[in-house]
Amino acid sequence: MLRWLMTKGMTASAGSDVRSATAGLPARADRSGRSGGSPPRENVLLAALQTVRDPELDEPITSLGFVTLCTVSGDGDAQVRLRLPTYFCAPNFAFLMVADAYDAVSALPGVRRTEVVLEDHFASDAINGGVAAQSGFAQSFDGEAVSELHGLRADFLRKAVMAGTDQVCRPLLAGGANPARLLELTLGDLPPSRPLRRLRERRAELGLPAGDDAPLIIDPVTGERVSEQAVPLHLRRARVTRISIEANGGICRGMLRHRYDSPGLGEEEQQ
Amino acid sequence: MYEKDGEKYFVVDSHMHYWNAAPDNWVPGAEQYAKGWIECFHAYQGLGPPETHWSIEHFQKYSEDDLMKDVFEDGHVDVAVFQPTYLLEWYKEGFNTTERNATMGEKHPGKFIYNTRFDPRDGDMGLKQLRQDVERYGSKGVKLYTAEWNNGSRGYKLSDPAAYRFLEAAQELGIKNIHVHKGPTIWPLDKDAFDVADVDHAATDFQGLNFIVEHVGLPRIEDFCFMATQEPNVYAGLSVVIGGLMYARPKFFAKVMGELLFWVGEDKMTFGSDYGIWEPKWQVEGFVDWDYPSDEFSDYPRLGTAGKKKILGLNAAKLYDIEVPAELQLSADAGEPAARDDAALVDD
Repeated sequence: MLRWLMTKGMTASAGSDVRSATAGLPARADRSGRSGGSPPRENVLLAALQTVRDPELDEPITSLGFVTLCTVSGDGDAQVRLRLPTYFCAPNFAFLMVADAYDAVSALPGVRRTEVVLEDHFASDAINGGVAAQSGFAQSFDGEAVSELHGLRADFLRKAVMAGTDQVCRPLLAGGANPARLLELTLGDLPPSRPLRRLRERRAELGLPAGDDAPLIIDPVTGERVSEQAVPLHLRRARVTRISIEANGGICRGMLRHRYDSPGLGEEEQQ
Repeated sequence: MYEKDGEKYFVVDSHMHYWNAAPDNWVPGAEQYAKGWIECFHAYQGLGPPETHWSIEHFQKYSEDDLMKDVFEDGHVDVAVFQPTYLLEWYKEGFNTTERNATMGEKHPGKFIYNTRFDPRDGDMGLKQLRQDVERYGSKGVKLYTAEWNNGSRGYKLSDPAAYRFLEAAQELGIKNIHVHKGPTIWPLDKDAFDVADVDHAATDFQGLNFIVEHVGLPRIEDFCFMATQEPNVYAGLSVVIGGLMYARPKFFAKVMGELLFWVGEDKMTFGSDYGIWEPKWQVEGFVDWDYPSDEFSDYPRLGTAGKKKILGLNAAKLYDIEVPAELQLSADAGEPAARDDAALVDD
C-alpha cells in the first residue's frame, strides 16, 4: 500500500517537495490549507478530487474510476483512497496523483487533516519509508525526482495541448476550413465549447497564451504561432497525440475493470 | 500458415514468451513482486475475447504442450520468436530466459528463433555473457528493457556510451535485430520509461541494425511515429496493439492502425502475439478480417491483403532470414506497398 500521509504540521517539510516538483506551473489549488470553519461535505471533497488529473491521460482521477473512498469526519479529518489499473503503474505518475489529491483536499476550508492512500501498488515500501521519515518523494529518492517530475508534468501538459488542438480543429476542418484559415483564427473567434475551454485551461497552466486574442494554432513549447508551412504536419501530430492518449486511456480502463469489480466514485465511461 | 478466402498467410509471431511465474519459482522475499507482475500480465489478457481468458493458475505456468497447441496447432503460426524477460530478482530461474526458451524449442526444430538480451550496466561480464549466448543459441536478435532497474540504476538509454559498446559488440556477433521494450511499465521509477529519443540516436548511428520498438511506444505512440518516420531501420512491433486494442477498443485500434500505416507504413510493422498474454489464433484471424469500421477513417491509408501478409509474417521473415515457401510469398504484382502519399497530410 502506497501511502502519502501528512498532517498540517508536516506540510512544511514534505509539501515543499511537491511544490518544487511543480515549480513554474501555476498551482491549481491553494496549497496552504485552511483549517477554520466546519468540515466540508463529501460531495465537496469529491468535487475537489475532480480537479486532480492523471497527467498521462489528461482525465480526472474520478472519471477514470481511481477514487474508491472519500470521507470527512466531524472533526475535519479527510480520508481518500485511490487505486490504479495495475500493481506496476508508473510510480512517477502515481506520486503526482497522490500528491495532487492531497493538495486539493487539504486546501478545502474546514479540513484539518488529510490522508490519501494509494492501494495495491508496488512502490509502497519506498514511499512508506519516505513518509515515515517525514520527507517527500524527492528526498526519498536522492532528490533526483524533483526536476524529472516537473519536466514530466510539463511534457504531458504539452501533449494535452496538442490533443486539445485536434479536438478543437477537427470540426472546423470537417466544416471546410483549410489550414491557412485556421492559422488566422484566435481563440476568441471560436464559439464556446467544452474542448475549447479545456484547451484554454491547459495552455494557461503551461503559461501559454490563452486569451481571446491568442492564436488558435501555436507551438506548445514556445507559444509562438506556427508557420503556414508547418501547419499540416502540426495538425497531423495533434491528431496522433490525441489518439495515443485516448487509446492509452482505453487500455487503462480495461485493465482497471479487470482488476476491480466495482466502479469508482464519480467514474464515467470514456467519451 | 493461415488460409482465408483463398489467400494464404505465412505467420511469424515475432514477440512471444514461455514463462514460469508460478509460486514454485518465486524468490523468497520478493513474492509480492513476482505475484504482482504476473497478475499485471493477466489483467492484459482481460482485454482479449472472454473465451480466450485463462485462470490465473494456468496463466502462471502453461506447459510446453499448451504452447505448441495454442501457437502452432491452433494459432496458425509458422515460426515464433522467443523474447526473453529475465527478472531474476523475482523469479528463481528467471521469468522467461533464453535458456528456458531454447531448452523447450530444441525439441521442435525449425519452429523457434531464440532471441537473447543484454544490459549495458552489466559491463564486461555482460559482454562475455552475450558472446556465450549468441554462440550457444544462434541468436540474431535481442530484447532490451531500458527502463529496468539494475543495482540502484533506474534505467538506461540506448544512446549511452555503455549501450553503444554493447550494440557494437552485438553487431560484430551477427545480431541484426534490436527489440526495445517501449511501452507498458516495467519497473521504472522516476525515469521516463517511454521516451524513444534514445532509439532515434542509436538507429541513426547503427544503420546495420534494425530497431523494433515493441508496443509502439505506448503510451507515447506519437513520439514513436514521429521518430520512426525519419529512421528507415525502425520498425513498429504490434504486440499489445493488436492484443490489447483490436477486441477491447476496436475504434481506437482502427485509429492507431491508421496512424501507424500513415507514419510508419505496412513494410515496417510486425505482428507479435505476446503469447501467453494472448493466444495468436484470435489475433491472426481477426487481423486478416480487419478493416476500418466506418467512413470516418477514410483519410487513412488502406490495408489490403498484401499489407496484411507483410505485417503477419513476411516483414519479420525478412528481418530474421526465414525461408518463406514460394506459394506464401507475395505475387510479383502485389509487392508494392500502398503509396504513403495516398494519405494527404491534411485533407481532414
